[in-house]
Amino acid sequence: MNVHAAFHQTTAAVPPIVQVSNLVRSFDAGTNVLDHLDLTIGDGEFVALLGRSGSGKSTLLRTLAGLDAAPEGTVSVPPQRAVVFQEPRLIPWKPVWANVALGLGASDARERAVAALTEVGLGHRLDAWPLTLSGGEAQRAALARALVRQPKLLLLDEPFAALDALTRLKTQGLVASLWMTHRPAILLVTHDVDEALLLADRVLVLDKGRIALDWRVNLERPRRHAQRGFAELRAGLLRELGIDEEEEGVEPLESSVAALIKAQSGGNPSPVDRDLIVSHVGVSL
Amino acid sequence: MSTFPASPPSATMPAAWLRYRRYLPPLLIIVLWQAASSLGLLSTRTLASPLMIARTFADLVVTGELPRHLLVSLGRVAAGLSIGVFLGVTLALITGLSRRGEDLFDASLQMLRTLPFLALVPLFILWFGIGETPKIALVALGTMFPIYLTLFSGIRGIDAKLIEAGSTLGLTQRELVRHIVLPGALPAALVGFRYALGVAWLSLVVAEQINAESGIGYLVMTARDFLRTDIILVGLIVYAALGLSADQIVRTLERSVLAWRPSFVKE
Repeated sequence: MNVHAAFHQTTAAVPPIVQVSNLVRSFDAGTNVLDHLDLTIGDGEFVALLGRSGSGKSTLLRTLAGLDAAPEGTVSVPPQRAVVFQEPRLIPWKPVWANVALGLGASDARERAVAALTEVGLGHRLDAWPLTLSGGEAQRAALARALVRQPKLLLLDEPFAALDALTRLKTQGLVASLWMTHRPAILLVTHDVDEALLLADRVLVLDKGRIALDWRVNLERPRRHAQRGFAELRAGLLRELGIDEEEEGVEPLESSVAALIKAQSGGNPSPVDRDLIVSHVGVSL
Repeated sequence: MSTFPASPPSATMPAAWLRYRRYLPPLLIIVLWQAASSLGLLSTRTLASPLMIARTFADLVVTGELPRHLLVSLGRVAAGLSIGVFLGVTLALITGLSRRGEDLFDASLQMLRTLPFLALVPLFILWFGIGETPKIALVALGTMFPIYLTLFSGIRGIDAKLIEAGSTLGLTQRELVRHIVLPGALPAALVGFRYALGVAWLSLVVAEQINAESGIGYLVMTARDFLRTDIILVGLIVYAALGLSADQIVRTLERSVLAWRPSFVKE
């Protein structure tokens, strides 16, 4: 099985839209969550960022979103950015359309909001209160709220993690098609290897505060699990992450990632091991 | 309320009966009360009979005495409540929206809050005399704190994740306050407003019993001097009705401005 035929070390061919160099973020003195991290994302590129919990994935995303100031290093991002979080974070006292139109300011804000909501299939819930939406609908509204801003960089912070398996698949499909239509650069933070391979052009793994792995995914779209090369890519990626799916169950190897999963599966169930056990989609990191 | 809500109302028990039978016990008490009075078991010096109260009520309305006193009392509550709400909201916005404001005012307000404000009556009389001012001031002081406390905690209790989402949408500080902070603090503020209404009537009762020349409290105090339990009870009923209707107004208000809440949405 020749995995490396499908993987190529990244060389950005498109003009970069995100450039991060030497980024350092630390919460307590001594431990750096992000340790001299370098990252370049090309215009219109779909990048998935994997990493164990606590590896700094979300910290990196928040830094790119401008939510946390970067104390050290240089971060260059486009001004048109939008974020979709794990929770939809809709404003409960504004109807769905007003949530999408919030902050647009223009006189055609409502029309643009309606168009965006129609695009994500929520044209019939324009005047609904956010708390009456299902989890999937709310997350689609959050996507519409991000897209209506025509972002050059769309930051997705585990946006599918709180959805049930079926809704997750549908919403992943929606994100893929929205990306095809609008072509923003996307940074998707996830802990799901399959999700990363289904959606992204490039898969990054964050470990010890740096990009430990940066691989290009050359698979035809739309992608399916049964697709030629998908299983090989997945096996290769998992092996790089220190998880060998050939063995019985998920038997952790020596890497720190695997050790963490082993430690967690004995303790409190976290989203990570819940997915490991019950995921319908596949093996998660 | 039915004891067995799951069972459907049968033909022998029409829906109207099920709905109104809860009012039967209070009616029965009134009938017994009237019977006790008519049989001479209950002296009018202790408690006037329901019929007497109704007659006195009608008389007071016809002579215009009750409406006159009622208007005076309503005026005092309205004036005091407006001042109290204005002060409470202003202070809560200052302390809630800025750390500097909190450092400046919050400690003093928290200290004042612990003071039973009705104990200030003697001081208020010394300061403001015995006219309208001490009465309105007492209502204002009593209503300011519930508004201040609930709005302040409402502002500080806003979900930080919503603020964060708002700032990623490019909202300015002012827009965040307008679209997220203030509407989010409204449910708490309305609870405070409802509480303030209750305090307003309470302060009024106390204020009108000190050197008042008009108002429901004055009516009740003079009735006491003449052993007129009927007039006293009319006064009490008016207070109760005012309290109830004020509460109803706030409930209606809540229903329309908090329509987004799931509990209201389901209705």
